[in-house]
Amino acid sequence: MEHTINLFVKSIFVDNMIFAFFLGMCSYIAVSKNVKTALGLGIAVIFVLLITLPVNYLLNACLLTPGSLAWISPALAEIDLRFLSFILFIAVIASVVQILEMVIEKHTPTLYNQLGIFLPLIAVNCAIMGGSLFMQEREYANIGETLAFAAGSGIGWCLAIIGIAAIREKLHYSNIPEPLRGVGITFILTGLMGIAFMSFMGIKL
Amino acid sequence: MKLFTDPISKNNPITVLVLGICSALAVTVKLEPALVMGLAVTIVTACSSFILSLLRNTIPPRIRIIVQLVVVATFVILIDQFLRAFAYDVSKQLSVFVGLIITNCIIMGRIEAFALGNKPWPSFIDGLGNGLGYGMILIIVAFIRELFGSGTLFGYQMIPESWYITNGGFYANNGLMILPPMAMIVVGIIIWIQRSFIRTN
Repeated sequence: MEHTINLFVKSIFVDNMIFAFFLGMCSYIAVSKNVKTALGLGIAVIFVLLITLPVNYLLNACLLTPGSLAWISPALAEIDLRFLSFILFIAVIASVVQILEMVIEKHTPTLYNQLGIFLPLIAVNCAIMGGSLFMQEREYANIGETLAFAAGSGIGWCLAIIGIAAIREKLHYSNIPEPLRGVGITFILTGLMGIAFMSFMGIKL
Repeated sequence: MKLFTDPISKNNPITVLVLGICSALAVTVKLEPALVMGLAVTIVTACSSFILSLLRNTIPPRIRIIVQLVVVATFVILIDQFLRAFAYDVSKQLSVFVGLIITNCIIMGRIEAFALGNKPWPSFIDGLGNGLGYGMILIIVAFIRELFGSGTLFGYQMIPESWYITNGGFYANNGLMILPPMAMIVVGIIIWIQRSFIRTN
């Protein structure tokens, strides 16, 4: 249990998806012009991560890794299907996003109005695919750890995009050199925020 | 020809269109993985643009994203298996970032914006140009970071050994350059320089 909580805190602050790995940068830069939409996208990312990571974890544990097909018949135990993981993971993510979009549209139109426009963006958000690939590479022991990792990295991503959106709202009043405006200054600010987040690396969990 | 040269300078996918930064920055600590990553993205962009442009009249619009992702994922698996077989060290360094080529926004962006509306051959050239534009920025960033961060290029020592403080000289490597946030700051400065040039022309 303690290990799971540590993993959760670690994936929010120390291994932050944006500041430590630069995942999901495209939508991070494109959708961070004001705090409200940034919050909407952040919540959608947490939501999709929490659904796709456990599904991909089960796929990985029951189909892909060597020895995992033994539940069908012992003769299949030696097959290693890990080369298929990219295509399976992305198919799961794309279809979950598509289904979610349809379900939300049908049942909660208010939520759809808030999240709807972001859902197609999320299918190609590197943070989601990156989460699945990190899950496979780090070999989490059980589904509880996977859920903790999903929640932590989603919240970390959400925090980062809200932070940069808040700063960019304030930037409207600053006098920045013309060619640096917009994207350029956002990059430099993200770098500075990343340096600030590196101070969390001292925490030993 | 214009299709090929535009994305390299004037319409560069990273600095002007701000696409595909996700997987770009984490691989630029050293030149070698940056070069491999640039080549891999170029091949995937060009080939998947070509294939999807061939298929463009047969894909139903509602499921087109899934079809695109499957085609791109197939090429990425080929590249990944190739790297594991012939360049295992580099493939270990790139780790998950080879897989993340699938969600690289440049590829999806070019397919959506160009390949679905044009003939296969121009789409191939467009993909090639965009991949090279991406690779070029990667190499510039990696060059700066490796030279100042570790004093090497492609693993060969560039700064003379006798300059270092440990050998009685005056020079020390800038450890900050190796840290991830510096990639962002270097790209930010490249964008600044490039935009001031575009404006004065």
